[in-house]
Amino acid sequence: MKNSPPSPLRTPSFPLTIRNKPSLIKLLAYFYHSDCNRLQGGMAVSTPVWLTLGALGLFYLGYRFYSKFLAEKVFRLDPDFQTPAHQFRDGVDYLPTNKFVLWGHHFSSVAGAAPIVGPAIAVIWGWGPALLWVVLGTLFFAGIHDFGTLWASVRNKGKSVGVITNRVIGSRAKGLFLLIIFFLLLLVNAVFAVVIANLFTQFPASVLPYWLQIPLAMTIGYLVYKRGFPLFWPSIVGLLLLFAFIFLGASAPVNLPETIAGMPMTGWWVIVMLLYGAIASRLPVWLLLQPRDYINSHMLFLGLGVLYLGLFITQPEFNAPFLNDQVPEGTPPLVPLLFVTIACGAISGFHGLVSSGTSSKQLDKETDARFVGYFGAMGEGLLALIAIMATAAGFAGINQWQEHYGAWETASSGGTAAFVTGAGQLISGLGISSAIGTTFISIMIVAFAATTLDTSMRLQRFILSEIGEQYHLAPLKNRNTGTVVAFLSCVVLAFLADPSNPGQGGMVLWPLFGTTNQLTAGLSLIILTLLLWKWGRQYLVALVPLIFVVGMTAWSMVISIMDYIEQGKTLLVVVGVMILALNGWLVLEGLLAANRQRSKTLGQNPPA
Amino acid sequence: MELTAEKMKHLWEQIREFYDGMYFAPYRRTMLKEIQNEEDVFKLLAFSEMLGIPNPVSYYTLEMMPLMLEEFHEWHQRMGMEKSPLDGFRCC
Repeated sequence: MKNSPPSPLRTPSFPLTIRNKPSLIKLLAYFYHSDCNRLQGGMAVSTPVWLTLGALGLFYLGYRFYSKFLAEKVFRLDPDFQTPAHQFRDGVDYLPTNKFVLWGHHFSSVAGAAPIVGPAIAVIWGWGPALLWVVLGTLFFAGIHDFGTLWASVRNKGKSVGVITNRVIGSRAKGLFLLIIFFLLLLVNAVFAVVIANLFTQFPASVLPYWLQIPLAMTIGYLVYKRGFPLFWPSIVGLLLLFAFIFLGASAPVNLPETIAGMPMTGWWVIVMLLYGAIASRLPVWLLLQPRDYINSHMLFLGLGVLYLGLFITQPEFNAPFLNDQVPEGTPPLVPLLFVTIACGAISGFHGLVSSGTSSKQLDKETDARFVGYFGAMGEGLLALIAIMATAAGFAGINQWQEHYGAWETASSGGTAAFVTGAGQLISGLGISSAIGTTFISIMIVAFAATTLDTSMRLQRFILSEIGEQYHLAPLKNRNTGTVVAFLSCVVLAFLADPSNPGQGGMVLWPLFGTTNQLTAGLSLIILTLLLWKWGRQYLVALVPLIFVVGMTAWSMVISIMDYIEQGKTLLVVVGVMILALNGWLVLEGLLAANRQRSKTLGQNPPA
Repeated sequence: MELTAEKMKHLWEQIREFYDGMYFAPYRRTMLKEIQNEEDVFKLLAFSEMLGIPNPVSYYTLEMMPLMLEEFHEWHQRMGMEKSPLDGFRCC
């Protein structure tokens, strides 16, 4: 069989009906054969395509079996439980929603630029580790985290993780939660402003469509809200106009000088984007955020579809190594840094904020939590998966790949650009010119990052006012002061993090962003573990990811801080030490709460 | 043939419902929130006397009280108070 020449008859014809098991085995057999064929030079279907199909198969199995186990044995979802959506139904925040629609909302709010940027950087260690972490992380970490926070919130009257922390652990822990979220948002703003700035300078075609999108979205918002237009036509016209803008932008790239007044253009863009975020966060939601979300969400689904289709039709080969054993100098070690570089796409604390903040208030039946939570995490995994494939297989050759991943600095600041280029290559297989393709993909990322910027500036204002409340700092409670403080702290972080390279500081912060994101996840997992323990359920499903995540973040934080001290980056040392301290505090709170709970259970049931 | 046509129609209906829930329900929610905020300001203006803020026209706004009872009930529940916080309103 192995030696037979590849005949068209043996060309696999998409055996993707995994419902019956024999075909799954067939799928694996095909995978094996295609690998053999490839080695002999007669290739039917390329390895990245097989691996993608394999990962999708694993996702399916994970959903079919592991999430079923979680739903039935661990969380014991009850279809008759009265969810907060019914209990507090008000038609606005609390509204029972169809599970597919709710999944759509959940997925569009959690999917953003982060699951693309993280994997795109992590490919520097080779595609193997990144792929493994994304698949296993989605199945066993993100799934339980997203599903669990949704469940915990539904069982706690739809309250958010912060409030549940207060109830389960105590009010001191709420302060911890607020500080972690503050850092998370701060890093999100700085990092995403830099991501956008880099894309604007490297893909000048994306400048025009992005800035045209803003007045477009505002017009839709105005027409619908103030003029009472029906929703359908303005939105559709807006969507079509955006695609027209993409063509316009691709034919008229905005080339700006490399430096203005001695500062690189990226530095200027960072300031412009942060200013934009500060201003946009003060506008009413209906004016800009809402109409733009509509456009963005279409771009997300279209982008995902086009990329997967492009991957299957183009059938590229990997040109990145499986495991890069010759990483450029200055690259931090794979373990533990991989686990904080890819946060969104494997496990991300931000999802817990969404699932406990909004999704839990709209869940129709408790049993829907499995689909919305677990499958929502999988949507994010899909995005990370295609990001890996585009960066590892999208280039024409190893030399081009080396150009992007030749040094740690270029990989971390240019990883997103590598994704855009690779994705453009994949899309070109569909007969779309790569100029249009790269513009579309870069606009998609910029739009995601900008929406995140806008939202997280808004959230940061709320968090600052809550911190002001918790620690009695009156000025922080003012809206304007809050916005100014948020803006200034982001600018300081983006510029002073790496003074030799103004405006690029944000990307140096990427591992710090991943760490805080994982810390947020750690906090949610602590609460989950405590809740499950209290109710006498299998708590290991949450405890094992918890220990892993907290351990990896602490370890990578120590390594990063040592690096920063060596390089003399004082500001980063300070921020890093603060985050490490928060990490320690988190572990301590968890242990104290566990101890309290143990003595309580011991008190209740004295050992016989 | 008729059955498939019916099925198609049903499917189309479902897709439309999904699209509406996915994209237009959030718009409606945002607008409802905006309207709620405006209404809250109006309530404050109309019944500020009850909170001790002097209001020269409260004699006239008092007439609206029976009309606003239901909305007031929703408001205090939304604000996390199970029972009416004001003596003047006995909605529950």
